[in-house]
Amino acid sequence: MNDLTYATETAPPPEMDSAKIAKIVTRNVNVYYGDKQALIDVNLDIYEHEVTALIGPSGCGKSTYLRCLNRMNDVIDICRVTGDILLDGQDVYTSDLDVVQLRAQVGMVFQKPNPFPKSIYDNVAYGPRIHGLAQGRAELDTIVQQSLERAGLWKEVQDRLDEPGTGLSGGQQQRLCIARAIAVNPEVILMDEPCSALDPIATARIEELIDELRENYTIVIVTHSMQQAARVSQRTAFFHLGELVEVGETEHIFTNPSDSRTQGYITGRFG
Amino acid sequence: MTDAAMPPTGPPPGGVADIRRPTIAHAHLRRRYAAERRFKLYGLASIAVAGLVLLLLIGSIVSKGYSAFWQYYVQIDITFAAEELNPNGGQVEDTTVRSADYLKLVRDGLKHAFPDATKSRRDRRALYGLVSANSDVVLRNMVLDDPSIIGTTRNVWLKLSDDMDTFAKGNIKRNLPESDRRVSDQEIGWYDILASQDRITARFNIDLFRNGDSREPEEAGIYGALIGSILTLTVTLLVSFPIGVMTAVYLEEFAPKNRWTDLIEVNINNLAAVPSIVFGLLGLAVFLNFFGLPRSAPLVGGLVLALMTLPTIIITARSALKAVPPSIREAALGLGASPLQVVAHHVLPLAMPGVLTGTIIGMAQALGETAPLLMIGMVAFIVDVPQGFTDPATVLPVQIYIWADSPERAFVERTSAAIMILLGFLVLMNLVAVVLRRKFERRW
Repeated sequence: MNDLTYATETAPPPEMDSAKIAKIVTRNVNVYYGDKQALIDVNLDIYEHEVTALIGPSGCGKSTYLRCLNRMNDVIDICRVTGDILLDGQDVYTSDLDVVQLRAQVGMVFQKPNPFPKSIYDNVAYGPRIHGLAQGRAELDTIVQQSLERAGLWKEVQDRLDEPGTGLSGGQQQRLCIARAIAVNPEVILMDEPCSALDPIATARIEELIDELRENYTIVIVTHSMQQAARVSQRTAFFHLGELVEVGETEHIFTNPSDSRTQGYITGRFG
Repeated sequence: MTDAAMPPTGPPPGGVADIRRPTIAHAHLRRRYAAERRFKLYGLASIAVAGLVLLLLIGSIVSKGYSAFWQYYVQIDITFAAEELNPNGGQVEDTTVRSADYLKLVRDGLKHAFPDATKSRRDRRALYGLVSANSDVVLRNMVLDDPSIIGTTRNVWLKLSDDMDTFAKGNIKRNLPESDRRVSDQEIGWYDILASQDRITARFNIDLFRNGDSREPEEAGIYGALIGSILTLTVTLLVSFPIGVMTAVYLEEFAPKNRWTDLIEVNINNLAAVPSIVFGLLGLAVFLNFFGLPRSAPLVGGLVLALMTLPTIIITARSALKAVPPSIREAALGLGASPLQVVAHHVLPLAMPGVLTGTIIGMAQALGETAPLLMIGMVAFIVDVPQGFTDPATVLPVQIYIWADSPERAFVERTSAAIMILLGFLVLMNLVAVVLRRKFERRW
C-alpha cells in the first residue's frame, strides 16, 4: 500500500526552524485516485501549537493532503498513498498502526457541519464513549462540559443538552462538531473548510475559537478564503495542481511570495 | 423563452414585432396553466379510480362475507335418556358414555319436535338434516362436562345445518322454484314453525375463530390457518430479517466494489423477480428431499418464504443504507470509530425505519403467498390446529383458496370472511411496523 523505500535521506532537507517542533512531517507524499495523481511529492511540516492553513484553487489537492494525515482516504477504495507521513516521528501508514488510535490523536472537522442526529450531549460524549475515556457518568459529564466550553458553546446549550444536535443553527452545529472532535482529546485537529457553510458572524466566532484552540492543539485548516488564512494561521501552504508550491510564514506568503503562482493566486489573478 | 415567461407589461416601445410579444406570451402562459390544471386533474382522476376500485373490492368482500360472522341455532328438546347413555346403570363410566349413540338423541329430539314428519325415510333424512351433522359431538361434550344431566330433558341450542343456516341468512331465496334451491318447501315449513316458536336464534360465530378446517361449513374455522400463518411468518422473519440486513450491510458498507459484488447485486435483483413457485420447487428439492424436513410444516414453509422475501429485504435495506448521508459516516470515522461501530451506532439505526418498511413489505408478500407452499404440501386440507413448527399446517391464503374451491354454498361467505381476516392481519402487521418505526425515529 505504501512505499517506504522513499527514505528521508533522498528527500530535501526539512525546513530549518529549530525553535519549533514539527508535529507532523510529510515527505514525498504522492496520492493517486486510480490512475489520476492527486498529490505530487509533497514535503510539508506541521508545527506544534500553530495553525497551518492550506490554500489553493479547487482540485489542487489540499483536502486530499489533509485527509492523508488521519488516513480518511482509506475509505476510498481507489485511493493509493505513497511516501512518509510521520506523526511525532511515527509513520502513520504502517500496517501495524491502529487507525482508530490515529484518528483519536488527529481529530477532524468537516466542511459541512455534520452532527449526529442525537442529543447535544451524546454528540460530544460519543468519542469518549467509544474510546473508553471516561470512567462513569460524572467523568463523562465533565468531559462534555469542558469540550463544549472550549468550543465556546457551553453557555448557549447548557440548558438543553438533551435536545438534538441537528436543531442548532449552522454555526452552533459547527462548534458542536469542534467540541465533539476535541472531546477525545486529540493532539492535532484537521479542519476541512470549516466555515464555508457559515455566515460571516458564525465564521468570525469559529475563527476566534481556532485562535484559542491553538494553545492546546495543533491545527491544520483548509480554506478557500485567503482573508481567513491570513487571519487565523501562522503558516500557510499554497497548493496548485497537486503540488505544494510554497510554504512559509503566513505574513511572508501574503506580503512577499517567492513563487509567481502564489502571487497570482493571492492577488486573485487565477483560482 | 425568458420573454415569454415574463408577464406582459403593456405595449413596450418599439416596432410591431415588439408589440406582438406580450400576446404571444399571454397565449403561451395560458397553455402552460391549462396543462398544469389538466395534469392535476389526471392525478385526481387516477386517485379516484384507484379509490373506487378499492372500495368496490372491499365492499364486495364485506357484503358477501359479513354474514359468516354469525351462525343460526335451533333449540331442540333433547332427552338424555339413561338407557342410552348408561345402559348398565350405577356409576357413570367414561368409556360407555363416550361411545354412546348421541346421534340417536339428536334424532329423537327432532322427531319429538315434528312427530308427523317421520313417516317416510326421506322425510326423516330431511328432518335430521335440519341440524348440523356435528350435533352429536356437542351433546357428548355436554354429558362429559356434566354427567348429572343423564336422565333429564334439556333445551339444547344446536347449530342449523349449513344449508338451513344459509337459508336463514337469506342467502337462499324463498321465492325460487323448489327444484332450484338447496332447501325444500318441507324444510322451509319446519323452519317457519321453529321460528314462530322462537326456537331459532342467531349467535356470534365464535367457531370461525376457534376451529380448524372442516368439511362441514358450520364447523369450519380459520384458527388453524391463522396459527399456521403466524408460525410460518415467524420462521420467515427470524430467517430473512437477520440474513437480509446482514447481507445489505455487508454489501453496502464493507464489500469492495468489484466485479464479484456487482455480480452478486445483479443476482439479488434478479432473484426478486423469480416466480414464487420456483422457490417452492427449490424448497421441495432442498428442504424436503435433501434435508428430509417434515412435509406441510410451517418450518419448511417459513424457510421457503424466507428465500422469497430475502431479495426484497436486501434491496430495500440497501437503499435505506444508501440514503444515510455519507457525512454521518465521515463524522464517526473521523472520531476514530471502527467501521463496525460506524454501522452499528450510526448508519444502521438511521436506516432502520427504511429497513423495517422493506421487511414489512416482504412479510406482507409472504403472508399472501400460496404458490411456493403448493410444492411443499402446505396447500392441503388440514383439520388440526398446528401445535408447533413441525406440525402439518396450512396458511390463511391457502385456506381461502380451499374454501373458495369447496362446493358448499355456505363456504362462499366464509371465504369472504377469511379474506377479511387476512386483510385484518395485514393491517395489524402494518400497524406494528408503523409503531416500530415511530419508536426508532424517536430515539433521535
